[in-house]
Amino acid sequence: MLEVGEAFLGRRFSTEDAASPVTRRRKRKSRCRKRSGAEAGPDRAEMAAALAAGTTAWSGFLRLCFVFGLSFLALTGLLLVQLANAAKNFEDVRCKCICPPYKEHSGYIYNKNITQKDCDCLHVVEPMPVLGPDVEAYCLRCECKYEERSSVTIKVTIIIYLSILGLLLLYMVYLTLVEPILKRRLFGHSQLIQSDDDVGDHQPFANAHDVLARSRSRANVLNKVEYAQQRWKLQVQEQRKSVFDRHVVLS
Amino acid sequence: MKTHCSGVINMVNAGEMNGSGNLMDFLDEPFPDVGTYEDFHTIDWLREKSRDTDRHRKITSKSRESIWEFIKSLLDAWSGWVVMLLIGLLAGTLAGVIDLAVDWMTDLKEGVCLSAFWYSHEQCCWTSNETTFEDRDKCPLWQKWSELLVNQSEGASAYILNYFLYILWALSFAFLAVSLVRVFAPYACGSGIPEIKTILSGFIIRGYLGKWTLLIKTVTLVLVVSSGLSLGKEGPLVHVACCCGNFFSSLFSKYSKNEGKRREVLSAAAAAGVSVAFGAPIGGVLFSLEEVSYYFPLKTLWRSFFAALVAAFTLRSINPFGNSRLVLFYVEYHTPWYMAELFPFILLGVFGGLWGTLFIRCNIAWCRRRKTTQLGKYPVLEVIVVTAITAIIAYPNPYTRQSTSELISELFNDCGALESSQLCDYINDPNMTRPVDDIPDRPAGPGVYTAMWQLALALIFKIIITIFTFGMKIPSGLFIPSMAVGAMAGRMVGIGVEQLAYHHHDWIIFRNWCRPGADCVTPGLYAMVGAAACLGGVTRMTVSLVVIMFELTGGLEYIVPLMAAAVTSKWVADAFGKEGIYEAHIHLNGYPFLDVKDEFTHRTLATDVMRPRRGEPPLSVLTQDSMTVEDVETLIKETDYNGFPVVVSKDSERLIGFAQRRELILAIKNARQRQDGIVSNSIMYFTEEPPELPANSPHPLKLRRILNLSPFTVTDHTPMETVVDIFRKLGLRQCLVTRSGRLLGIITKKDVLRHMAQMANQDPESIMFN
Repeated sequence: MLEVGEAFLGRRFSTEDAASPVTRRRKRKSRCRKRSGAEAGPDRAEMAAALAAGTTAWSGFLRLCFVFGLSFLALTGLLLVQLANAAKNFEDVRCKCICPPYKEHSGYIYNKNITQKDCDCLHVVEPMPVLGPDVEAYCLRCECKYEERSSVTIKVTIIIYLSILGLLLLYMVYLTLVEPILKRRLFGHSQLIQSDDDVGDHQPFANAHDVLARSRSRANVLNKVEYAQQRWKLQVQEQRKSVFDRHVVLS
Repeated sequence: MKTHCSGVINMVNAGEMNGSGNLMDFLDEPFPDVGTYEDFHTIDWLREKSRDTDRHRKITSKSRESIWEFIKSLLDAWSGWVVMLLIGLLAGTLAGVIDLAVDWMTDLKEGVCLSAFWYSHEQCCWTSNETTFEDRDKCPLWQKWSELLVNQSEGASAYILNYFLYILWALSFAFLAVSLVRVFAPYACGSGIPEIKTILSGFIIRGYLGKWTLLIKTVTLVLVVSSGLSLGKEGPLVHVACCCGNFFSSLFSKYSKNEGKRREVLSAAAAAGVSVAFGAPIGGVLFSLEEVSYYFPLKTLWRSFFAALVAAFTLRSINPFGNSRLVLFYVEYHTPWYMAELFPFILLGVFGGLWGTLFIRCNIAWCRRRKTTQLGKYPVLEVIVVTAITAIIAYPNPYTRQSTSELISELFNDCGALESSQLCDYINDPNMTRPVDDIPDRPAGPGVYTAMWQLALALIFKIIITIFTFGMKIPSGLFIPSMAVGAMAGRMVGIGVEQLAYHHHDWIIFRNWCRPGADCVTPGLYAMVGAAACLGGVTRMTVSLVVIMFELTGGLEYIVPLMAAAVTSKWVADAFGKEGIYEAHIHLNGYPFLDVKDEFTHRTLATDVMRPRRGEPPLSVLTQDSMTVEDVETLIKETDYNGFPVVVSKDSERLIGFAQRRELILAIKNARQRQDGIVSNSIMYFTEEPPELPANSPHPLKLRRILNLSPFTVTDHTPMETVVDIFRKLGLRQCLVTRSGRLLGIITKKDVLRHMAQMANQDPESIMFN
């Protein structure tokens, strides 16, 4: 094993910490097992080192591009928001003047689309209900405020939020209700008895172990996705046990 | 098979050193080098710091080689700022989305906008021309549910139908929220600040700051705030911002591989979270410094400020409240206050301190009951019952029916001539010709008296129901309910003082500063001071509280009343108990959090705390070069210690170093698989040169690489005060105790925490984690 890490304050640490967390030992074994069937040949170590050295620059470049791309996305998002604000709806800008009852005139609310510096009683209140010297007294009581909003932002946000909520709801219904029914039909009743959690929504996650053990063949994208999903389910199950059942965290 | 596994390991090593990675790797299991610490364990701060220094030195030395390396070193230096920028952008965006969605969904409980369903009540009536002065809030486009369903807007049946639908909507939101939390991300429940405090002090909770937790927390936060429960969104927003921080720091190897550096980023992210919650960037930085962070180097201060500013600016561009303000209850009046008013302000501070103590004690008792009895087995049912009770009691009282933020906004606002709420129903002088913002004190009309007893009922209700709401298995924050309680109490006191000043303006206390016909007392200011006092009593914040409050109000002239109230409430609350709500929850959960604010003043020595005590089996040690691989494996299997000291030999017991359990296990496993000739009888040695061995003995195993040659040691007569200080300042996990150079025992962080709990007469067995 290569060793990098000079003596610092008299201690010596190597920067490679070949360590796997305790809970992941099983998967580490299956990973080793997954590759055990590969062909014999040149020493994997040397091949891997050469491969790594060769792809360093490329992957460093990829990472850089990814970072720049993300920053660009964020900035363009901000720009889009500004553009949306600029091309606002005619109705999204207004000056609102609230005038209380005065003498025999009742209170009234006046709205007008006008610039911020013109947002005062004299420009907005039309037709002026009082005449001559009373105008100043009337206008002193009025309160004028400049308001703007972005109806596009509101619409887009609410619709995005509702769609995310809807997707999560559908996925939740699928995980808790549909998947156990499907698995029961495909694999038979016996496997579900193995799990000792008898609350409804634990059932689908209880099969994660079996699926993990079974999924060692072809490493294509679909299989990777399913593998990742099963690992996620195991993690959530662990979290649920600590929070809801044993009350160890977050009580 | 050995070569394949070792091939994986070698690829891991080479990959880690060169920082490469595949884009498809996020689907794979994370490489072992990323998760170098076990879940629910503490990190080694000194080691992370030395790793970072090594990395930095390597980059600096390589930067002189070529232009490309120089650019890479520049990018490495700037990556910190890029991370802050991204965190600010995402936190601001999420806060804007949450605000807009909460605005809409809260109004959904009462009615719907017919022209465009995505508009809340205020937005729906924005363009309407039919609003009159008397019914400023009504417009024909937005209809209540009773109008929509049975075409009636007044009357008993309409009221009952609205009531019923309000409860139904609240229940469905709460049920949806708790189901989502339960199925997808159980770590998304609670406030998040106690756990983030613990994480920032060095604890590892895997998945707590993950992507699913981020998504579920954002989505369910909107649902629970809209359901009318007595909770706020500030604490969960800090959690959301820290999840963003974790996500972006995992994109850069500088932060993803170093847990110590990552916590710097998380400190800054917490500042951005508070900044968007309150619209207070400086307050956010101070909150992160005072409440959340453990180590806060000066470099983090500037970066936190940058992240908080970017987040506030992003939120402002989204403009959720339609008037370029960041918070719903921003007020902007500048009426002066008088020195004689300090007396009611201090009274409000005392109230805040008392309420804080009451809340902490009751809430912890209830949470402990939830943790230990049958109540904890029905989280979904508990949420539904509490929501039902809240909705049933909250609907009849107009001050609890509206969302808590709107209530606080109404209470903070001064009564101008045009306010139409009941709180401003004063008896006006019809001949008055004063301009709008200088209304003198007036006698209270009947509306004000109604409002006072309604507020009193609302106050009692909020005090009681928040105790049961905080800590349920949904995202729940505590800032807004505390501020609401304080604002209600403050406003009532303010109206009382105002009426007293009006009716008895010839009393000695009012004569000097309050003339009839002048605007003396501003009840809105009393509400603000009350809110600050209650928030300070519960969280024990000091500087950050005052800064947040005056950034909320925009008035520097109110600093003195706010400070007076905050200081008083903290003194009163500290008289009853030293812990704020977050420290109390940390103790309840048994997290290994060594608080920097605790003072250890007992005169115990290191020998009193170290293990092994008298009567316990002797310390499990490894020897320098006389143990076989099999001995070590047996030792590891039989004990569950996290590390073993290495001594010269069993006789001399002089300390060489310290070896971690994890690394021993992996090193032995690798050696067995990879190196030739390593068998159970092989000698394991930690010296530079292999020991003298007879011929025909198996190949020895050198493990000097994993040995920490400079473990921290104290002598047995070191006072525990010093030991606790060392643990706190250096972030140690264990410390060895020697006498005359010979190893005597070990003190771990858990032992220190247990000892402190014992000295404070608390239950030492409540410390659960290492």
